[in-house]
Amino acid sequence: MKHSALQIFRQAWSSHRKWPRTWSSPEPKPAYDVVIVGGGGHGLATAFYLASEHGIRNVAVLEKGWIGGGNTGRNTTIVRSNYLLDGNEPFYEWSLKLWEGLEQSLNYNVMMSQRGVINLFHSDSQRDGFIRRGNAMLMHGADAKLMDRDELEKVLPYLDFDNARFPVLGGLCQPRGGTARHDAVAWGFARAADQLGVDIIQNCEVTGMRIKDGAIDGLDTTRGFIGAGKVGLAVAGNSSRLASMAGLRLPLESHVLQAFVSESIKPLVDTVVTFGAGHFYVSQSDKGGLVFGGDLDGYNSYAQRGNLPTAEHIMESGMAMMPCLGRVRVVRHWGGVMDMTMDGSPIIGLTPVTGLYLNGGWCYGGFKATPGSGWVFAYTLARGEPHRLNAAYRLDRFSAGRIIDEKGVGPQPNLH
Amino acid sequence: MLEIECPWCGACDQSEFSYGGEAHIARPKTPADLSDQEWGDYLFNRENPKGWHREQWCHTAGCRRWFNAVRDTVTCRIKAYYRMGAVPPEEDGR
Ligand SMILES: Cc1cc2nc3c(=O)[nH]c(=O)nc-3n(C[C@H](O)[C@H](O)[C@H](O)COP(=O)(O)OP(=O)(O)OC[C@H]3O[C@@H](n4cnc5c(N)ncnc54)[C@H](O)[C@@H]3O)c2cc1C
Ligand SMILES: [Zn+2]
Repeated sequence: MKHSALQIFRQAWSSHRKWPRTWSSPEPKPAYDVVIVGGGGHGLATAFYLASEHGIRNVAVLEKGWIGGGNTGRNTTIVRSNYLLDGNEPFYEWSLKLWEGLEQSLNYNVMMSQRGVINLFHSDSQRDGFIRRGNAMLMHGADAKLMDRDELEKVLPYLDFDNARFPVLGGLCQPRGGTARHDAVAWGFARAADQLGVDIIQNCEVTGMRIKDGAIDGLDTTRGFIGAGKVGLAVAGNSSRLASMAGLRLPLESHVLQAFVSESIKPLVDTVVTFGAGHFYVSQSDKGGLVFGGDLDGYNSYAQRGNLPTAEHIMESGMAMMPCLGRVRVVRHWGGVMDMTMDGSPIIGLTPVTGLYLNGGWCYGGFKATPGSGWVFAYTLARGEPHRLNAAYRLDRFSAGRIIDEKGVGPQPNLH
Repeated sequence: MLEIECPWCGACDQSEFSYGGEAHIARPKTPADLSDQEWGDYLFNRENPKGWHREQWCHTAGCRRWFNAVRDTVTCRIKAYYRMGAVPPEEDGR
């Protein structure tokens, strides 16, 4: 059934009780041409683009819990393409372009809101770095705008501009950046993939891999063995675990990242703002809650919940940027398991096992990448080689000395 | 807040410590003999287990000494502490 204004009107006659299921939940078949492990945004987007762009429809997405229950449903939903390096910016800009047409291509409201993303700077050298990044964005066809203090005072009057230690001097704005509704992204891709014949199988955990003569043969799951011509891993924080089933070690650590939501308040923040002197970012959801986050907890973790010292640190950073936050109460917080690579950039490409492909290492930033990541991963799975846009994200860059050091700080698993 | 036991100072708040990642990654003795894959593996690849993890901590805001701990990466429970250079206690899940 196609979603439309007329359909909403029609369904109202039956008190909205006759909407069909958003996706069917079939029993797994004995084998598929392509099996995607992980029903987050990336896995579902990959399945959708395999079916829609490459005509590969004998595809299953296996999810150990419920779709979107991983980081896709736990993130702070910021979408942007404000990167510096050649390996990154064209990929993220392509992803942002896909976001701009996503609701039409999926026939689903993902509540994409291009409300702008503003990165604040607090020193001359930070401003120079941001100008350089803004210019790199413009040269890659993205949008960027430098804002001085006067302009900022008009849109964000409540910032602590004259903070003694970190005065706000200005900001780098990407007007096309913004936020989207995280769950809707998973559901929209699932629905569109399902309509093209993809099997979405929930409560199906992959527990082992069968490899014959160096090539993938299929997967052991909690719902039995499933044969596969090709397998694509898109399991975020569980990437190392899945890779170890194929005897591979990955250049990443799993860490917990927290997010926080305040009580609903009247419209206050109509853009996304990030603090440049500490680690803090905030936006306001359509329901009115302030959605914010900051640093990792700082040690390897597979716990989908965080610890209080980090919560306190994030609140302090928020207060330093926006003192009026002190009056607002936090109502919920949670954590997600992040796949932190050693250079802060993702991995999308081939592995040493024939037919086994990896999509992971998303660090803090994989939500914005969802459509782009699915698009290039589908290409890579279909053709057996990376697309130009993910060529730099190959796994063997770590042994070839071609790491993508976006922040220029060297290898450590706490970048994004 | 975790409570971490420094082998020298005893139990202190987590905020006094900094994390040093996976323990027992020894620098290869003859780097020139290694292939790019082996060198890349040493530099970047990690075990990253879900469960018991042997890891390094530093008592940064205390005695500033490094030590090892065996911590569960799901529950955060720490079952053993031992000094740098010491043989790790058995990983028997007890
Ligand atoms: C608190 C927080 C804030 C964030 N904020 C932002 C942001 O503002 N902007 C941004 O761009 N990004 C953000 N991110 C990052 C972003 O959420 C992720 O990078 C992205 O959602 C990853 O999508 P995914 O589909 O790869 O992973 P997930 O959505 O985590 O999906 C992976 C799925 O694999 C499943 N799985 C795991 N193991 C198995 C198995 N053995 N068998 C079957 N299934 C398995 C999991 O259950 C899970 O559903 C944030 C993340 C967190 C935690
Ligand atoms: Zn000590």
